[in-house]
Amino acid sequence: MKPSLFDYCSPTSVGEVVAALVADPGAMILAGGQSLVPAMNLRLASPTRLIDLKNVADLADIQVDNGVIKIGAMVRHRDLELNDEVYAANPLIRKMMRFVAHVPIRNCGTVVGSLCHADAAAEMPLLLVLTGGTVTAVGPDGSRDIAAKDFFQFHMTTSRAPDEMIVRANIPVLADGAGYAFHEFARRQGDYAIAAAGATVSLDGDNRVTRARVGACGVASTPVLLEAVEQAITGAQLSQSTIADAAEKAKDAVTAPDDMHASTGYRKHLLAGLVRRVLGEAGQRAAGGAIK
Amino acid sequence: MNRIAGNTAEQSADPTQLTRMTVNGETVEREVSVRMLLSDFLRHELGLTGTHVGCEHGVCGACTVMINGRSGRSCLTFAVQADGADIRTIESVADENGDLHTLQEAFRDCHALQCGYCTPGMIMNILSHLEADDEIDLSDEGIRELLSGNLCRCTGYANIIKAVRQAADTGNWNRT
Repeated sequence: MKPSLFDYCSPTSVGEVVAALVADPGAMILAGGQSLVPAMNLRLASPTRLIDLKNVADLADIQVDNGVIKIGAMVRHRDLELNDEVYAANPLIRKMMRFVAHVPIRNCGTVVGSLCHADAAAEMPLLLVLTGGTVTAVGPDGSRDIAAKDFFQFHMTTSRAPDEMIVRANIPVLADGAGYAFHEFARRQGDYAIAAAGATVSLDGDNRVTRARVGACGVASTPVLLEAVEQAITGAQLSQSTIADAAEKAKDAVTAPDDMHASTGYRKHLLAGLVRRVLGEAGQRAAGGAIK
Repeated sequence: MNRIAGNTAEQSADPTQLTRMTVNGETVEREVSVRMLLSDFLRHELGLTGTHVGCEHGVCGACTVMINGRSGRSCLTFAVQADGADIRTIESVADENGDLHTLQEAFRDCHALQCGYCTPGMIMNILSHLEADDEIDLSDEGIRELLSGNLCRCTGYANIIKAVRQAADTGNWNRT
């Protein structure tokens, strides 16, 4: 297979990348290429020009700074996954990263590329939503931070303007004492999730939930926060029964229509089970022992 | 023995770019179409046909090579992206006399291949793990996870799992 014809450039600065985007509305940015190149090989995408980021300085940097993990646009999945400072700052990242495709893909693909590709079943967009992270966009008029909930508009659609480049993702560190968990259901290892759920939970001394973030992917046109579940569990004493009741409320968030992988009903069933599991596991981590 | 073919005249009207990389220790320089995939570059420009091409969209793993010491899909990488990179292919694994590498011997001993189409990608992926410092889980489940990005349609994987374990146990990997 062969992609259709395109022009290619490999600029050395963010300013040049933006100028190239402005000059050619049909251009696309090439980072790791692990989503874009298959789409081009199948001729689902036919950019007029590829703007390769490989020669742009400093984009492969990872910094943990002031409670935020800053991930440059050329940071490969595998580099973030294996980074011990990142693991110490937010272990949820490594947990979720293990579900992103396979190691050879993670060696090449980038985190920011996955965010910009914005597949509704992918793990990295859910990570950004779940942690309340942001992306930093640079365009001809300067830079802006875009919150996760505003960034993901629809399956494979973001609020990045056509002449903007996402230069980094910013993911908050895990709150002190918070528990975390992520589970996913896919038919084969490394496939996109049929449904996946993640959670972070903070507890007080009586195992009462002081703060909960619960999110899912694969079940709607974007990754979603399960606010009904969060509300049901916040302030409650964490127990197997409060978890089971709260998990049922996840079902309303499933809006994906029946497809070749699963029916809507099956996804609802799956998601409730996954939410039960992540709440239990995150609660257990926060409590430092089993939840009764 | 020079295993890399000489340059051929570029007849295409595609935009081209001068691209230089190290392949199996040898520096190569070619004027290539910017849409040429690394897999096609290795096979058609350099004559290194040991890297196999299966699905060409990253699913099957047959085209896996090492890019700067890490496994990667040569079908999801443009040759121009690999400009300046250090590439290793299956042709570099056995020694000059044709003596098999420990991992290849393990594949032979365990009958871990039948048609052999997936084998080069399997070997390059497994080798990158064995040569890296990161921990390898040698349980069946751990090895299955390691192999999950490489499809085999002959063996049913059981013998490949045996071969990985044998290679990990018998090889001198200098692992920390």
